[in-house]
Amino acid sequence: MANEKKTAASVFLNGIVTENPTFMQLLGMCPTLAVTTSLQNGVGMGLSATAVLICSNFLISLLRKIIPEKVRIAAYIVIIAAFVTIIDMLLKAFLPDLASSLGLFIPLIVVNCIILARAEAFASKNNPALSAIDGLGMGLGFTGALCIISAIREFLGAGSVWGIAIYGTHIKPASIMIMAPGGFIVLGLLVGTINFIVSKKKKGE
Amino acid sequence: MALQIVSIMLSALLTENFVMVKFLGICPFLGVSKKVETSIGMGMAVTFVMALASAFTWIVNKALLIPFGLVYLQTIAFILIIAGLVQFVEMFMKKSMPALYSALGIYLPLITTNCAVLGVTLLNVQNYPDSFLFTLLYGVFAALGFTLAMLLMAGIREALDEESIPASFRGFPTALLTAGLMAIAFMGFSGFSLGG
Repeated sequence: MANEKKTAASVFLNGIVTENPTFMQLLGMCPTLAVTTSLQNGVGMGLSATAVLICSNFLISLLRKIIPEKVRIAAYIVIIAAFVTIIDMLLKAFLPDLASSLGLFIPLIVVNCIILARAEAFASKNNPALSAIDGLGMGLGFTGALCIISAIREFLGAGSVWGIAIYGTHIKPASIMIMAPGGFIVLGLLVGTINFIVSKKKKGE
Repeated sequence: MALQIVSIMLSALLTENFVMVKFLGICPFLGVSKKVETSIGMGMAVTFVMALASAFTWIVNKALLIPFGLVYLQTIAFILIIAGLVQFVEMFMKKSMPALYSALGIYLPLITTNCAVLGVTLLNVQNYPDSFLFTLLYGVFAALGFTLAMLLMAGIREALDEESIPASFRGFPTALLTAGLMAIAFMGFSGFSLGG
């Protein structure tokens, strides 16, 4: 992979599957656990982070030759924080319900390690177009992971998916799944299961 | 007043524990909690930075952002303050407290991207915009709550190292499941309040 010329498709798929930020790299755990109480929140958070990732990767890649090596992390953080502030304002203006349910975790996208990690590992070394695609791939990988976790938690904990009740009226849902412990437990079981599948596949090869 | 102080302390430490209830600072909580020693180091470094960050951001918010109508720049201003503060603490420690620096040094750069620090400053502005004392107290006790959770976790993980766990669940997944059980225990504090 290192010697091959990076194609747009391989960069894109890399983020979604092989180096999935949540399940493979285990980055950005705080929002992953905190906002996945319902599918809507998960999607909202994932797409907000994706938007920030694409913009910050693109701009950082454009500026990669101008930013001095020594202050690069500070420069990256300022760029990311600027985009996060824009997203925060847009959400508050156009999607106030989503903004209030995500709450503190929108400004906290600034310190989401996925974004800084991609800036450092990818955008600072590659051209703007590829970096934007990398941002899109990683962002969608993150969004996909959030969707899986939040769909499971919402189904078990609230008896609904995307706010549509599925069994809530007949069986009382296990509300612990949408509280703090449920987040840890669902993610722990998912990561363990994925590890198991990956190791099975490797053995088969 | 006294009741309110005690209530802030208890809620930051237990009922609204940053890691177990609010999901802030999960990355260092899972990353650094493999040994009791390192978690004490990280906890102390975070407490130090969080106390300073709470104080500085309160002053900047009160003296600069509010009078000049720049509240929308809060996130950018606060993360810059935190990054600067971490850098400053690192340089200061290196020069004047080399012993402490060698103990805490490696954790300091990680703190900039610890969402608990930015989280506490943003929560302070929301909850205690007028009281410097409450801001500082909340900062310190939230950090102590973080340290407490990390210490408990490290103790459990050290013991878990000896157990035979299925290979796919070793390490991270087990840590998450342990954290889940700990979070259930912390839910036991949730009804607890002093009416403050």
